[in-house]
Amino acid sequence: MLKLLLSRLATAVPSIVGVVVVTFMLTRLLPGDPAAYFAGLAASPQAIAEIRTKLGLDKSLPEQFVAYLVDLAQGNLGNSLSTGQPVVTEIATRLPASAELTLLALILAVGIAIPLGVLAAVKQGTWIDHLCRIATTAGVSLPVFFTGLLFAYVFYYLLQWAPAPSGRLDVFLSPPTPITGFYLIDSALTGNMEVFWGALRQLALPAISMAIFSLAPLARMTRGSMLSVLGSDFIRTARASGLAPGTVVFTYAFRNAVLPVITVLGMVFSFLLGANVLVETVFAWPGIGLYAVNALITSDYAPVQGFVLTMAVLYIALNLAIDLLYGLVDPRVRLDS
Amino acid sequence: MKRRTFFKGTAVGAAAAAAPAIWSDAKAQARNETLLIVGESPPNSMDIHGVGANRPAYEVSWNTHDRLMTYGVKKDANGNDHYDYTKLEPELATEWDLKPNSVTFKLRKEAKFHDGTPITAKDVKWSFDRAVTVGGFPTFQMAAGSLQKPEQFVVVDDNTFRVDFIRDDKLTMPDIGVPVPVIMNSELCKKNATAADPWAMEWCKNKHASGGAYKVERWQPGQEVVYVRNDDWKNGPMPKIRRVIMRIIPSAGNRRALLERGDADLSFDLPSKDFSELKSSPKLTVIGTPIENAMMYLGMNVNQKPFDNVKVRQAVAYAVPYQQIMDAVLFGQAIPLFGGANNKFKGVYWPQKDGYTTDIAKAKALMAEAGYPQGFETTLSFDLGLASTNEPLTVLVQESLAQIGIKATINKIPGANWRGELLKKNMPMITNAFGGWLNYPEYFFFWCYHGQNAVFNTMGYKNPAMDALIDKARFATGPEYEAAVKGFIDMAFEEVPRVPIFQPLLNVAMQKNVTGYRYWFHRQLDYRQLAKG
Repeated sequence: MLKLLLSRLATAVPSIVGVVVVTFMLTRLLPGDPAAYFAGLAASPQAIAEIRTKLGLDKSLPEQFVAYLVDLAQGNLGNSLSTGQPVVTEIATRLPASAELTLLALILAVGIAIPLGVLAAVKQGTWIDHLCRIATTAGVSLPVFFTGLLFAYVFYYLLQWAPAPSGRLDVFLSPPTPITGFYLIDSALTGNMEVFWGALRQLALPAISMAIFSLAPLARMTRGSMLSVLGSDFIRTARASGLAPGTVVFTYAFRNAVLPVITVLGMVFSFLLGANVLVETVFAWPGIGLYAVNALITSDYAPVQGFVLTMAVLYIALNLAIDLLYGLVDPRVRLDS
Repeated sequence: MKRRTFFKGTAVGAAAAAAPAIWSDAKAQARNETLLIVGESPPNSMDIHGVGANRPAYEVSWNTHDRLMTYGVKKDANGNDHYDYTKLEPELATEWDLKPNSVTFKLRKEAKFHDGTPITAKDVKWSFDRAVTVGGFPTFQMAAGSLQKPEQFVVVDDNTFRVDFIRDDKLTMPDIGVPVPVIMNSELCKKNATAADPWAMEWCKNKHASGGAYKVERWQPGQEVVYVRNDDWKNGPMPKIRRVIMRIIPSAGNRRALLERGDADLSFDLPSKDFSELKSSPKLTVIGTPIENAMMYLGMNVNQKPFDNVKVRQAVAYAVPYQQIMDAVLFGQAIPLFGGANNKFKGVYWPQKDGYTTDIAKAKALMAEAGYPQGFETTLSFDLGLASTNEPLTVLVQESLAQIGIKATINKIPGANWRGELLKKNMPMITNAFGGWLNYPEYFFFWCYHGQNAVFNTMGYKNPAMDALIDKARFATGPEYEAAVKGFIDMAFEEVPRVPIFQPLLNVAMQKNVTGYRYWFHRQLDYRQLAKG
């Protein structure tokens, strides 16, 4: 098993090297001059030149690349100019914010989508099937920023049920002692219930808007996959042998239908993690997507490179985890093949 | 139900029920003593001398540091507090003795830094030396007041500090009151300096070595800054607000919602349309102050055909749809700089109205005179970073220019590239804004019309006669000064390398119970004068 893991990890090395080279080149190819941007209001050409030297931008590209690699080897992703902080610490604080939101959204989505998909497949053509169809169509056609804005307007501005969309915590609460970076977990571990509820309340609206969006692919995939499994020979045999309907659906059909659902789940997760910039903007969520986009707008190289690299590593880890999960769910899947 | 799980369940339930009650009390208490500001962009440094320190960073620095002097206050035309650039007042310095070649400051004896160290003249010298040495923006701003060399700054004794002048410059004294020459704790900085970084630039990015009215309690980069009042502050009247929270809310709609629901106390960053709508709100106070020495303009590159021809530039100035811009783009939230009685100087102040109005017939005639009766094609560029104003404005200008045969293609440039493009000085036509900190006409002209060709002379305008007048105005006084100002303003209107459109307003919306708001030339918020309740 360990050997297997290592060999899988080894295959990831070329992709990471590729990502390092490509992000370095791409950020340099972008138009725009960070030195001019950060030189400030009253910049003279010599002030800009000074800043360029300070940032090492006056060196040749290969020299800059070598400097970047040396830093990278020491775990240093450079400094962000727009926030003035080391990229590593920024990503370390922002990734948990995004991950907490995404995971909660995904748990919500899975909790609704999978039962809905299974029911829709079992009771094909009934009202529950139509409900599933309506829910998924609505979920796909309502972009996240739209549901987000609508929710903020209705539940915060009009009804006052939800707290102000002002980030991870109410302004008057202090963040919990960082352990995992997940506010829910950290506050529960330190027994700070006030912060726990505060964080949960802030999470509710953005998580629900994201869940609605990710519901669709999951429910559709569950339904489709269940339908094809339910129509196969072994289910007919199981039914003919007089097994209880519950056993047939859950033990036999669902377990066989779940593989493609896991694949979709992995894709949806990684997509949401990096691409929920809009939700992060609407709810002032200090997440990683917002960070990367802001950095891109200001030609701030280091965070962009750091972001792409982190996401690449995450994707690789996630794919690996999903592959391993396949093996557990379905013994027929062999990882070394 | 099992007994054990039942007890577990009730315990959690009780905690859940109790939590909101405790929370509301604490929250209400905190709420009354705290000012919550919601903004769009976060500070990127705690050090105003740092590389690329942005405007929100100036605000942090202004409220957490002392300067030797500050500015007085006056009432503006609407009865709101407005800093007074003619009046310098004590801050760390209790008095000063201004002589032709130097100024000597007496420092407050009981003043201390946040760590309790007394503030002495050597700290002032170290801080001034730092500002003129580290390069970039701080050094440039100091030089604008002829503060250039460490030798100019002399420690007389612990409580006496002298600045020797290298030339007679009327901007020297005002420049000591701008946000750049802050007083830093030199011992603390030196402790954290390294051989490669003698000015502790790296350390000061995230830490404070200051003694001002507020201390930073928590800074989460990109998210919020939490300040708490320095109760030992001696350099001015004790601020009334105990805690200030500046939180970043990226969406403008949500900033407005927070204000309207009473969850936030104050915000600068809203679109013009929102401000004009909020003015009629019974719950909020909206104050709009004309930004001193600032204008939005249409600039033309005088070094390229056809804008090298003054008749073409005048034709463009007559073709700008001024009133439409005021109504449809700004919702009246600006001061018009067009349609004056004539195209001449109207007094020693800037910006002021020129004589241009929208007159298509006249513009066509000028185009014909210039030899372009059929018009020409060009591009009109703007900064996407300020798209909410720029985009509708350029579309209106484009439509209007088409009437005199000028086919302008709109070129949107991302914010990050804008500075770089300005530096190249090869865009034929742009819309842009500029504002100078020090409220003197010649200060604006020095940056924007002088042949030294600073980045803000976006038109690449060079005219020796203009330069002579600007240089003269910088150092002259009395009637001679007025004549020089009249000279360069008349010339700017006649030659129109840039067409003034409007003077922007600095708008701020706040709850009715927030009082004491004061406009500052640096356009950042001064927490020290605010009160709530």
